[in-house]
Amino acid sequence: MNGDEAVAFAAKQAKVDVVAAYPITPQTIIVERFSDYVANGEVDTQFICVESEHSALSACVGSALSGSRVFTATSSQGLALMHEVLYLASGLRAPIVMAVVNRALSAPINIHNDHSDMMGSRDCGWIQIYAENGQEAYDWTLQAFKIAEDHKVLLPVTVNLDGFTISHAMEGIAVLEDDDVTKLLGTRKAMYKLDTTNPMTFGPLTLPDYYSEFKRQQVDAMDNAPPVIEAATKDFGKISGRQYSAVSTFGLEDAEVAVMCLGSIAGTARTVARKMRENGKRVGVIKLWQYRPFPTTQVANLLSNLKCVGILDRSVAFGAPYGPLCSDVASTKVLTGIQTKIFNVICGLGGRDVRPVDIEAVFDRALRHARGEPVEEPVSYAGVRT
Amino acid sequence: MSVEERKPGWSSLPIGAVLVTPGSAERNKTGTWRLKRPVLDPKKCTNCLLCWIYCPEPAILRAAKTIEFDYEYCKGCGICAGECPLKAISMTEET
Repeated sequence: MNGDEAVAFAAKQAKVDVVAAYPITPQTIIVERFSDYVANGEVDTQFICVESEHSALSACVGSALSGSRVFTATSSQGLALMHEVLYLASGLRAPIVMAVVNRALSAPINIHNDHSDMMGSRDCGWIQIYAENGQEAYDWTLQAFKIAEDHKVLLPVTVNLDGFTISHAMEGIAVLEDDDVTKLLGTRKAMYKLDTTNPMTFGPLTLPDYYSEFKRQQVDAMDNAPPVIEAATKDFGKISGRQYSAVSTFGLEDAEVAVMCLGSIAGTARTVARKMRENGKRVGVIKLWQYRPFPTTQVANLLSNLKCVGILDRSVAFGAPYGPLCSDVASTKVLTGIQTKIFNVICGLGGRDVRPVDIEAVFDRALRHARGEPVEEPVSYAGVRT
Repeated sequence: MSVEERKPGWSSLPIGAVLVTPGSAERNKTGTWRLKRPVLDPKKCTNCLLCWIYCPEPAILRAAKTIEFDYEYCKGCGICAGECPLKAISMTEET
């Protein structure tokens, strides 16, 4: 299966009640495969064909408020068109699971991978997971339902997978038995739901005297998420043998420097780190699975043992001091007082290949900084022609 | 105007601003928004009810001889005063 097919298969096994989606490259295969399941009678799912992503997510919000288990998927401009509804989903506490197959935003138009779509909606109140490959995308899609629908959380979740690099790459995927997935996820039990026999009002006007309180509730839900995510990964690990957590590391037992990243770049980074370690270089890799809520404590603990970390951002935060991931790490440093040197490398925009030599250059630079060379260029752009 | 009562904190409110039981609009007295207060001169009022027709709330109450204002919901927009052909309604500063 390719990454998109793996995600569609996970949604099928999760027995979602409603899918409302609109096709967009490179997400299209997810919805295509799922509509095949519907057409073949393999699932008992209401598939709502809509005229845009804005409508797709709107239909998902309504469905989720009716107590249904809901799934959708999008990419790039589609996510951008959903932007206002993203905030409705999180504010109304609609536990939707959405695969975001990351693709660059226009202009200029580009269909290939970077993270500017999700980072553009970074503060929308959704839990955000980044997968490294098709297997992780499948695994996290299943775990996402368990996390989103937990009453201590009740927040929507995006499972991010890199466009084409993951979505269209064929790979052997270890899938669970249907019964195991059913046992893991059960059926959704809604805290409040739209019900004509027991009417409630969803989405009322809240004015200055109440709005802050509901935003504070969302902060609380995010704060509640890490232990729920941890419990979900433990339950999933027991039946799958694949154990997840907020952060994945490689070589950190003795590394003095590391590269930190999200998504599929981690595979390249590990390959490069492995070779460099064979040559006696003490390098490692930090990959975040869980980007929101940001695993501040875990990142701080990992950083405290390192002399320098090169942080790869696959999107630009125009006018900001750093790219999004590096900004979070910089905030973590301020909050915890850690003195680890950091520098930011913007790379892989619009599907630009991030080659092993690019990563090796980041490691080499981190090693130079670790030996005392000052960080004079806080943000650099890998592989960009001058 | 009454002193604002202590409102519930975030941890005790239903999540996502769901109104679990209907009828909350009756409890929310929007008259607290008012900056100007309509006052009727009953000598001028002929009970023609033009204000009653134009009031968007409705915060004009019908009574036996003249209209009355529902100050719990009147937001002080002043449309009634503007529409009254006899200038029987004046808008005064809310205190």
